[in-house]
Amino acid sequence: MSQHDRGIDRRSALKASAALGAAAMTGFPMIARGQGRQPIKIGMPTILSGRVAQLGVSSRNAVMMEVEKFNAAGGLDGRPIEVIVRDSRGVPAEAARIAREMITSDRVDLLFDGEPSSGGFAVHEVVRETGTLTLHLNSETSSLTADPRQRFWNAFRVARQGIHDSIAGGAYAAEIVKARNLTRWMTVSPDYAYGRDTTAEFLEYLKAFAPNVQVIGETWPRLFQPDYTENVTRLTQGRPQAIYSCLWAGDLVTFVEQASLYGLFNQSQFFGVNMADYTTLQQIKQLPRGVHSGNRYLKTFPPVPGNLAFAEDYNRRYQTYPTNWAWQSATAVHLITEALKKVGGTDPRALANALKGLTIDSPFGADGKVTMRAEDQTLVGYAIGWGTTISADPFVENMTAADWTTIFRHEQEWKRSKGWA
Amino acid sequence: MDLGELASCLGSASCLVTQVSAGLTIGLLLFLVASGLTLIFGVLGLVNFAHGTLYMLGSYFALTAYGATGSFLVAMAAGALGVAVVGLLMERFLLSRIYGTDVLMQLLVCYAIILIVDDVVKIVWGGDFLKMDLPDAFRRPPIIIAGGIIPYYYVILFAITAVIAVVLAYGMGRTRFGRTVRAAAVNPGMVGALGINTAAIFAAVFGIGAMLAGLAGALSAPIRSVVPGAGVSILIESFIVTVIGGMGSIWGALIASLLIGFTRSFGSIGFPLFTEGMMFLMMALVLLLKPSGLAGKRQA
Repeated sequence: MSQHDRGIDRRSALKASAALGAAAMTGFPMIARGQGRQPIKIGMPTILSGRVAQLGVSSRNAVMMEVEKFNAAGGLDGRPIEVIVRDSRGVPAEAARIAREMITSDRVDLLFDGEPSSGGFAVHEVVRETGTLTLHLNSETSSLTADPRQRFWNAFRVARQGIHDSIAGGAYAAEIVKARNLTRWMTVSPDYAYGRDTTAEFLEYLKAFAPNVQVIGETWPRLFQPDYTENVTRLTQGRPQAIYSCLWAGDLVTFVEQASLYGLFNQSQFFGVNMADYTTLQQIKQLPRGVHSGNRYLKTFPPVPGNLAFAEDYNRRYQTYPTNWAWQSATAVHLITEALKKVGGTDPRALANALKGLTIDSPFGADGKVTMRAEDQTLVGYAIGWGTTISADPFVENMTAADWTTIFRHEQEWKRSKGWA
Repeated sequence: MDLGELASCLGSASCLVTQVSAGLTIGLLLFLVASGLTLIFGVLGLVNFAHGTLYMLGSYFALTAYGATGSFLVAMAAGALGVAVVGLLMERFLLSRIYGTDVLMQLLVCYAIILIVDDVVKIVWGGDFLKMDLPDAFRRPPIIIAGGIIPYYYVILFAITAVIAVVLAYGMGRTRFGRTVRAAAVNPGMVGALGINTAAIFAAVFGIGAMLAGLAGALSAPIRSVVPGAGVSILIESFIVTVIGGMGSIWGALIASLLIGFTRSFGSIGFPLFTEGMMFLMMALVLLLKPSGLAGKRQA
C-alpha cells in the first residue's frame, strides 16, 4: 500500500479546504436558514378514545385552533409550531411511554401533557427525569404543584386546581346556607382520589364559612358506575336539605337523569361543581332548574367579548362548544407563545424562566388576565364562578364570581396546614 | 357500617317501599341478562364471556331506533330482535365451533368478540357516552306509596321484566320446547336420534339468551349512559348471579338476581362501602358451602 493511499496529500487537503470554504459561503447559510424555519415541536399525550375521549378531543381542538392562529401570524420569526398528538387511551403507563417516545424519537421541544391527573402524574415523573419543559393542561389535583416534593423547574400547570374550586364553592354555598338555613347536607361523589379529596376540601371550606352545617350522610358510587339507583335512594332516605357532588361527565348525566325520576331535585338543593360544562349540559335531556354549579366552561362567563368569540370560533370549526379542557389548552398556547416571543428561541431553561410569573391578557381571566404564579408554577387568576341552572342555553344564570383574595388567603392556610408553605 | 340506619329503614314503611322497589328493579333487570347467560351455559355448556357485549349492543340499537322513529316500542323491539340476530350470527359462525372445548378457548374467542364489537361500536357511534331520551309518557312525577318513592319508569321496567321472568320460567318448565331444550342439554345425542335438529335448538337457545340481554340493554338505555365497554360491569354481576343461583338454573338466577338487587338497595343504607364486597362475599360463601349454587343440581 502506498503512502498516497494511506494519508491525505497537500493537494487534496487544499481542495477539501476550498470546497469547505465554498460550502460555508453558499451551503451553510441555507442550512442555517432552514434550521431557522424548522418547526417548534410540541408533543401532546392525551386521551382520544373511551369514556372520557372528549377530554383529549376538546383539548386537541383548542390547541390546534390557537396554534393555527399563531402560525398564521408568522410563528416565531418564521418558525411555525407543529403539534404531535397521540392517544394514551386513558392508561397512565401508556401516557408515560408516549411522552418518552415523543422526547427521544420525535425530539419534541416541549410537552403539552393533556392527561387528567391519573396519567398526568405518570408524565410528570418522566419529565422530572428528562428535564423536558412541560405544561400540564388537565390535571386538577392540587398536590401536583402545591406539594413542594412534586415541584421542579421544568413542569407547569395550566389548569384549574381542586383547592381553588373547593374554596370558591365553599364560600358560595355558605352564602346559600345562610340565606335559606340549609344545615343538613349529604354528598354523592365518585369513589376515587379526585372524588374523595375534592369532597373533603369542599366540606372543609363549607364548614369554615358556615359552621352550623352538618353532614348527615355520604354515598360513594364507583367511577363509571352504570346505575345510580342505590345512591339516589340513599339520598332520598336521608332527606338532606342540600347535596354536594363532584361527579362528572357521563356519570353526572346518568346520576341527574335517575335522580330526576325520584324527584330528588324538588326535595333538596343540589350543588354540582362539574355541572356547568357543555359536554354535560347538552347531554342532560331535562336539565333541572336551580341546580347550583361551578363554571367549568361557559361562553357567558366571564361575560367578555373575547370569551364569546373563542366559543363561537371553536363552534364554527368543530360544531360543538368548548369544554373546561379546551379553555385550559388554549391558555397553554397563549402562555407558551408569549414566552417564546420573549425568549426568541426554544431553550427550555430560558422558556421556564420566562413562564415563571408571566401574566397575560386572557378572555378566561377573572379580571381579564391570568398569571403563571412563580412560587408554585401553577395558573391563578382564572375566572371561577357559581350560578344556577336553567333548562336552555345559556344553561346557567346568576353567576357569582369568586373572590381571588379570599382564595389566596385560604389556599395559603391550607398549604401551611399540610406543611407545604 | 351504619346498621342503626339500616334498622330504622327496615322499621319505616316509606324506606321499605323505596328500597324494595329499587331492589326489585335492579334485580329484575340483572335477571334478564343473567338468565340468558345461565341458559346458554346450562344448555350449550358455553361460558359466554361476550354476553355483556350483547347487552351493550341492545342499548345502542334501541337509542338509534328511538332517535329515528321516536317510538319506545320500536326501540325495545330493535334492541331485543337486533341483538337476537347478532347473537344467532355469532352462534352459527363462531361459537358453535367451540362447543365442548375447554374454558380457555371459549374465553379467548369471547374476548376477541368483545374487543371487535367494542371497536365497531366506537367506529359507528363514537367513543363518547350517549343517552337515549326517556319518552315523555314516562317522564311523570314519581309514585308515592306510604311515603316511599317509586319512579314511574321503574314501574314499567318492573312490569316488563316480571312478565318475561314468568314467561321464561313457564316456557322452560312446562312447554314442549322447554322440555326438548332441557333434554338436549342432558343428552344431545339421544335428542338428535329422535329426529330433532339439535343444532337448531342450540341456535334458538343462544338467540333467546341474546334477545334477553338485548332487551335489558334497551330497557336500561333511557336511564343509564350508553358507552363502549358498558357490558363489562353487568357481565361481572351476571356471573355472580349464575354462581350464586347455580349455573344453568333459571329459578336460581331469579333468586340470586333479586338477592343482588336487595343487597345493593339496602346495602347503600346499611353498609354503603361494602355493597360490592358483600356480593362477592355471598358468592364466596356459596362456593364454599354449596358449590353447585342455591338452585343448581349437584354434578354427577
